Formats: sequence, structure tokens, C-alpha cells
Amino acid sequence: MANTYFTEDHEWLRVEGGVATVGITDYAQEQLGDLVFVELPEIGRKLAKGDTAVVVESVKAASDVYAPVDGEIIEANTSLSSDPSLVNSAASGDGWLWKMKLSNTGQLDSLMDEAAYKAHIG
Amino acid sequence: MTGEDTKHLPLEGLHHAAGARFGAFAGWSMPLTYPAGVMKEHLHTREHAGLFDISHMKLFEVSGPDAAALLNRACPLDAGALEISQSKYTLFLNEAAGIIDDLIVTRLGDNRFMVVANAGNAVEDEKHLHALAADFDARVEPLDRVFLAIQGPDAWAALARAGIETGSLLFMHGIEPRQNWFMSRSGYTGEDGFEIGLPEADARDLVAKLLQDERVQWIGLAARDSLRLEAGLCLHGHDLTPEIDPASAGLMWAIPKEVRASGHFIGADALRSILERGPSQKRVGLKPDGRQPVRADAALIDTDGNPAGHVTSGGFGPSTGHPVAMGYVNTALAKPGTRLFADVRGTKIPVDVTSLPFTPHRYRKG
Repeated sequence: MANTYFTEDHEWLRVEGGVATVGITDYAQEQLGDLVFVELPEIGRKLAKGDTAVVVESVKAASDVYAPVDGEIIEANTSLSSDPSLVNSAASGDGWLWKMKLSNTGQLDSLMDEAAYKAHIG
Repeated sequence: MTGEDTKHLPLEGLHHAAGARFGAFAGWSMPLTYPAGVMKEHLHTREHAGLFDISHMKLFEVSGPDAAALLNRACPLDAGALEISQSKYTLFLNEAAGIIDDLIVTRLGDNRFMVVANAGNAVEDEKHLHALAADFDARVEPLDRVFLAIQGPDAWAALARAGIETGSLLFMHGIEPRQNWFMSRSGYTGEDGFEIGLPEADARDLVAKLLQDERVQWIGLAARDSLRLEAGLCLHGHDLTPEIDPASAGLMWAIPKEVRASGHFIGADALRSILERGPSQKRVGLKPDGRQPVRADAALIDTDGNPAGHVTSGGFGPSTGHPVAMGYVNTALAKPGTRLFADVRGTKIPVDVTSLPFTPHRYRKG
């Protein structure tokens, strides 16, 4: 059974069996506008919470996406290389960014659930 | 996001109603995008007609017996040689021939000219013109207008349907079709189009009529930037600055030969000596390899790893389908086809020097 968490930086995490799939929320993709490039992370890279994991580039600007928790990258969404607009059209689905193996599941407790996130973005 | 000093467009309510997302630019709160998004807005402009609120830009009327003489002092220009209704792209230079602003001057009458200047420099430009005007029998009057641009292949037809005939007006010409209106066939997208300064009440009426036409959509500042970049047009503050001269910027086409030789404009001596020794750097188009955009301030290096220049504007070109950029490189590296690298967050992205524009201009010249 997967649990979904949200961060104040407008990311979502779907956690199943110690692995989190991470993406940005629909709210975030709307703020960014049309994406034209996603700089994906290397597999095997170890990230601490707050490290830049991915850079998403819109027509106008580049924005960092941070690791919401500690862990190791085990997969990147390579379909974004040819179609970065998947993040716009399916932010919480096919537009996921990376998968990471969690090294500190306790960090999940400080994240928001969907109701709290909805309240956060107003 | 926006402070107390932020200026607001007279038609801001219309943009809110259209669902615009706002951002700060040159001291103004400006619509950046509408719900369609920058990509669709950009393409819509190239295919049909985009409506832009550019009221952040400033119109000045310069009039009086010495109006042409004042402009010839302020700009590398022969204002007296302009035909009535002819427009000319020109510059304000400092004593070192650095570009204070780029602007368009249109002759409205024997002793009357319209000057259209950039938002970011409007205050400085006005001071500059007023200070110079003290030596001339000429008046500089900033006009209180809403300023709209309608750009794209359907712009003329949409205006015609809205009751404004543009038939005989050609590219880089401007007229006063109604009282307190100024309309020129010009723009910042590379497309055929018009820029219209008019009183607010008239503007509300015109906007309402134009938006009834399905060919016309509001277009935000984000697409305005990607359109002008594809068209190879400069943004002052980025591609042009007071530290850059017209020879380096590749804008000598805007300065007639006689004016270069004998003009008494501010910066004339400095410009002549720059031309004698040749500019050390030049503005060029840059086409990055692949899909990753290369943006302003990225450093450029040559194939040997030596500093080559820097990027001044960069982003993604929705019409070209690839990233587009421009910047300044050492003159020896300015030839189209030269391979350089841009440093983007430590990664070296290959970029090729290319001629501008990226998207062919489609002006209505005759």
C-alpha cells in the first residue's frame, strides 16, 4: 500500500517498500509554465534532504527540485528527455522525476499529507 | 512579490479577468503568461495575432523648431531626413558611445516627432532629453497613453474588423489615425504587426473589439521575450547596456554613413575611434546543441578552454523547437559556424555561433 506525502517546496512522494517516487505537484508545474528540459540525476547518486536533485527548465527560467528526504537515486524518468512536457500534462503521474531508496524513513513523518498540502497552497 | 513602488498597468483589471499570472519587470507588475501558457501564446502570435499590453513603455512627443536638431544631438540620427510618417530605430548613446537605450523615432510633422522608449529606461531617457532640450527650442512631452501591440499575420485583418484600416501603412511607418492616437507598423516579434498608443477609454473599446475576434489572444511578457529572441532583437539591459557600443552590438545598420562621418550626436568621437580600431567583441546568435537551454550570464569558452564571451539572452524557441540564445564573443570567434561551449552549472554545453534571426522576419515592407 503506497503512501503519498507532500513538501512545502511543492513536491510529492509516493512511498512503497522503502522506495519513493518523486515529482512536482500540479500547482508547481502551473507556476513554472511549459517545461522544455529536465536535467535528470545520475543513478546511484546519494542525496541528503535539501540537495538539488533535478533542474527543470521552462521557456523562461531554470528551477531546482530538491531531495525531500535522504536517499539514493535508483531510477530517473528518462521519458522526460524526449518529452519534458509530461511534467505539465501529468505532474502526479507519468511526469514523475526520479525514484530514490530511502535511507531515513523517519523523515517522512515531517512531511504533509494531501489535506495538509491543499491547505498549504490555499 | 510587488512592492509599494510597483507601477500598475491601466488595464490591469482586464489582465486579471483574463487569468494572467503577473510578475515584476522594470518596476512594473506585468502579465507574464495567460492560461494558454507561453508555448501556445508564442505559437499563436506567429500563426494568428497576439495582443500585448506594453503600456510600461513610454511615448514622448518632441516638438518645436529645433526638434530635429535636438534628436540629432541625442541620437546618431538625421531626423530632418525622415519623411513624414517614417520611423527609424535609433539609440541614445553616452559620451563613450555606450548604449543608454534603444528607441524608435517617428516623424509626425515638420517639427514634431514621436519617441518610443523602453520601460526600464523611461525615467532616465526623459531626464536625458529634458537636459538636452535646454539648449534647443524644443519641447519634450511624455504622453499618458495605453500602449498596445498587435502582432502576427492576422494583425492587420483583426484591426480592420475592429474598424481600423492599416492598408497603406508600411513597416517602420507611423501615423496619428485619430486624436491622441499613434499607430506604427512595427513590433518586437519579427512578425508583421502594429503598436498603438491611445487614451485609456479608447484602448478599452479597442481591446474589447479585438478580443471578439477568435484570431486575437492576449500574450504575456514571457512569450514577448521568446518571440523577440527568436527574431534576434535586442533587450536593453541584457543585450545592450551603457557598456556596449553600437559597433559591438551589430547595430551600425541603424546609423547612416553620413551621420557616422559628420554627425554631432553624443558619443560620435568615441564611436568613430571604435570603428577605426574595430570592436573587440561582437553580438552573435548562439544555437545550443540538444534541448538544454543556455541562459543569460552563462560563460562561453572556445574549444581550447579559453574565455570567449558570455550569453546575454537565452531560452527556448517555441517556433524553432530548440534552445536559442545570443551573446557577445571575441571578434575572432564571431563567424557563424564557430563551435563554442557554454558553462551551465558546470556542464559544458556545445553551442554554435549562428546568424540572426533564428526565425525569419515577416515584415510588411511594401
